[in-house]
Amino acid sequence: MAYDFRDIAAFKGVWVFCEQREGVLQNTDFELISEGRKLADELGCELAGIVLGNGISDETAKEVGGYGADKVIVCDSPLLEHYTTDAYAKVLCDKVREYKPEVFLIGATNIGRDLAPRMAARLHTGLTADATHLDIDTTKYVEFLKESSSLDLSKQKFDYEDRNLKMTRPAFGGHLMATIICPRFRPQMSTVRPGVMKKAEFNADKAAACVVERPAFELTEADIKTQVLSVEKAAKNMVDLIGADIIVSVGRGINKDVQKGIELAQQLADALGGGVVGSSRALVDAGLISADHQVGQTGKTVHPKIYVALGISGAIQHTAGMQDSETIIAINKNESAPIFGVADYGIVGDLFKVVPQLINEIKAAKAAK
Amino acid sequence: MKAIVCVKQVPDTSGKVAVKADGTLDRASMATITNPDDLSALEAALRLKDATGCEVDVVTMGPPPAEGMLRECIARGADKAYLISGREFGGSDTFATSQIIAAGINKIGVEADDVIFCGRQAIDGDTAQVGPQIAEKLGLPQVSYVAEIQKDGNDLVVKRMLEDGFMMVKVQTPCLLTCIKELNEPRYMSVGGIFECYDNEKHPMTILDYPALKDDPLIEVDTIGLKGSPTNVFKSFTPPQKGAGMMLTSDAPAAELAGILAKKHII
Ligand SMILES: Cc1cc2nc3c(=O)[nH]c(=O)nc-3n(C[C@H](O)[C@H](O)[C@H](O)COP(=O)(O)OP(=O)(O)OC[C@H]3O[C@@H](n4cnc5c(N)ncnc54)[C@H](O)[C@@H]3O)c2cc1C
Ligand SMILES: Cc1cc2nc3c(=O)[nH]c(=O)nc-3n(C[C@H](O)[C@H](O)[C@H](O)COP(=O)(O)OP(=O)(O)OC[C@H]3O[C@@H](n4cnc5c(N)ncnc54)[C@H](O)[C@@H]3O)c2cc1C
Repeated sequence: MAYDFRDIAAFKGVWVFCEQREGVLQNTDFELISEGRKLADELGCELAGIVLGNGISDETAKEVGGYGADKVIVCDSPLLEHYTTDAYAKVLCDKVREYKPEVFLIGATNIGRDLAPRMAARLHTGLTADATHLDIDTTKYVEFLKESSSLDLSKQKFDYEDRNLKMTRPAFGGHLMATIICPRFRPQMSTVRPGVMKKAEFNADKAAACVVERPAFELTEADIKTQVLSVEKAAKNMVDLIGADIIVSVGRGINKDVQKGIELAQQLADALGGGVVGSSRALVDAGLISADHQVGQTGKTVHPKIYVALGISGAIQHTAGMQDSETIIAINKNESAPIFGVADYGIVGDLFKVVPQLINEIKAAKAAK
Repeated sequence: MKAIVCVKQVPDTSGKVAVKADGTLDRASMATITNPDDLSALEAALRLKDATGCEVDVVTMGPPPAEGMLRECIARGADKAYLISGREFGGSDTFATSQIIAAGINKIGVEADDVIFCGRQAIDGDTAQVGPQIAEKLGLPQVSYVAEIQKDGNDLVVKRMLEDGFMMVKVQTPCLLTCIKELNEPRYMSVGGIFECYDNEKHPMTILDYPALKDDPLIEVDTIGLKGSPTNVFKSFTPPQKGAGMMLTSDAPAAELAGILAKKHII
């Protein structure tokens, strides 16, 4: 049967593009698979991951099963070793046309955000950018709006039979949230912001049970108009903000003694139970800390158990990346700093005085337990 | 060889963003600027012009006042401008927008070693989708997140940023690049440029409206504008204000906080 992007009923199943770098699947893949599982359950359909690469073993591929995928599709070729838009878009679009999934999710990494729009344009369908929340079920969506919006829901009408994917995303620098739908065409595509969806517990039995499919595909060198000359990793070890349970971030408020400020932040993170140092963009722009530390709209989105903001004013571009943390503590010398508006606990004071005290008090409180 | 730069006029979201009660943006109350990434895209094109003498064209899709922004691009050094404007285009999503801009670029004509420059991302819609989608519609290779550009015969060698490093990529021309702010420091308008930017003879400003584009092979008249776009905004809303947190105001706030954290089993 000919491929028809308007034939809604012909599309079934949820797919997640699983990005590998140097043959290793990424955390984002597992987050999306975990989220995809929920959507597949709401739809009552199968969940598949699709991995492209060179020399991808069954063992690697089955890992996505451990987070909830029923099946993983592997397309393996030397031409897929490094990411190129042309090769990846071709193979993925051909597979979508063959299998016809109704939902296709891609991590909003800077590879995903290169690939997804290209695919959506070729597949003649819509694409939501950088979603932070996904729903099929309208009841669940309305629950979400109750919690996460300022809308007066008593004035809104909802169709509870609606089975479209409702993809919610921030726009205008986080000042506005929009729920996007793609009602007329399939697949319903979205890129999904890394670090936002919760990763499920890994289940080894499910991983073992995951079916690996290696379908044939067509790809030649002539399909690829770009050539990757080299891939360079940043020299330094990157700080793993997204995986951290505790993040103590520093802002321009440490300017007076940057070295000391960062040291105090690390000591506080350690006292709280072990964590990493993040930062606002102001310090990154000033060249005082490397960009991998940056939290916010143009940095990382994090939701650790504890987030501490030291000398950070709380601009919306910063809070966009940390406001969903479980517990937020802010220390700032200015009592009207906006950061106190998102904090669960606030202390007005000079961080260079307060933090050493807090470290001691936390140690004492823990010892007393 | 020529360079075509896609520039978008956007509300300035770095300051106060006004949202109306119904959850839509109050654009009228906000200042407009040229999208920051697009200024870097323009600068990259102008540097190519400095090096090779190539022509630089600027294209925007937007309401008639966007002409002012195009004039500013000319004052910075661009040669010709194209304003894609029509009520039929309003409310387009990225699929529709890229289709219309691609048709406009088709009208200008893409030749063997041309380079199309876009910003990586517009600060209002924030999707970063329009550049790659224009490339797809025009059948051109793309490189996004470009932080350095060198010409190498008929190819370009560019540095493409990744989260944890970068790739060096060689790309055939014609091609489309999406540029990030870090690529360069955009130049200012020159005095001579400001003087000349309204000279229609030297710097023609072409208006491309719906009748001018509707028969282009890249346009599907039923997938443009608010009605035709594949995606629709189902709801828009402002994030709720978090309830005020607790300020620790005792004489020993650090001890008070540590006590609460311990009691709530946070530590
Ligand atoms: C498009 C765009 C994207 C952006 N993306 C990001 C992003 O991803 N992440 C991000 O963080 N920012 C981002 N920004 C920048 C953002 O708007 C703010 O400029 C930035 O977050 C401010 O950093 P800051 O809070 O460290 O500095 P400031 O705003 O200067 O605040 C410093 C704070 O420290 C306090 N302070 C000073 N001394 C002390 C002391 N001794 N003890 C205690 N407190 C003290 C001050 O009271 C003040 O509140 C973006 C901006 C734009 C326009
Ligand atoms: C709240 C909200 C959410 C939205 N969410 C989505 C969504 O998820 N998916 C979707 O498809 N659409 C969405 N849209 C519609 C989208 O914002 C518009 O289609 C917009 O015209 C283009 O997208 P952008 O601003 O994100 O541009 P980007 O794709 O971020 O722009 C990248 C580059 O493309 C070029 N470019 C973009 N627009 C123009 C232009 N008009 N003229 C010249 N060059 C241009 C510029 O070089 C720019 O730097 C949304 C709109 C709103 C109001």
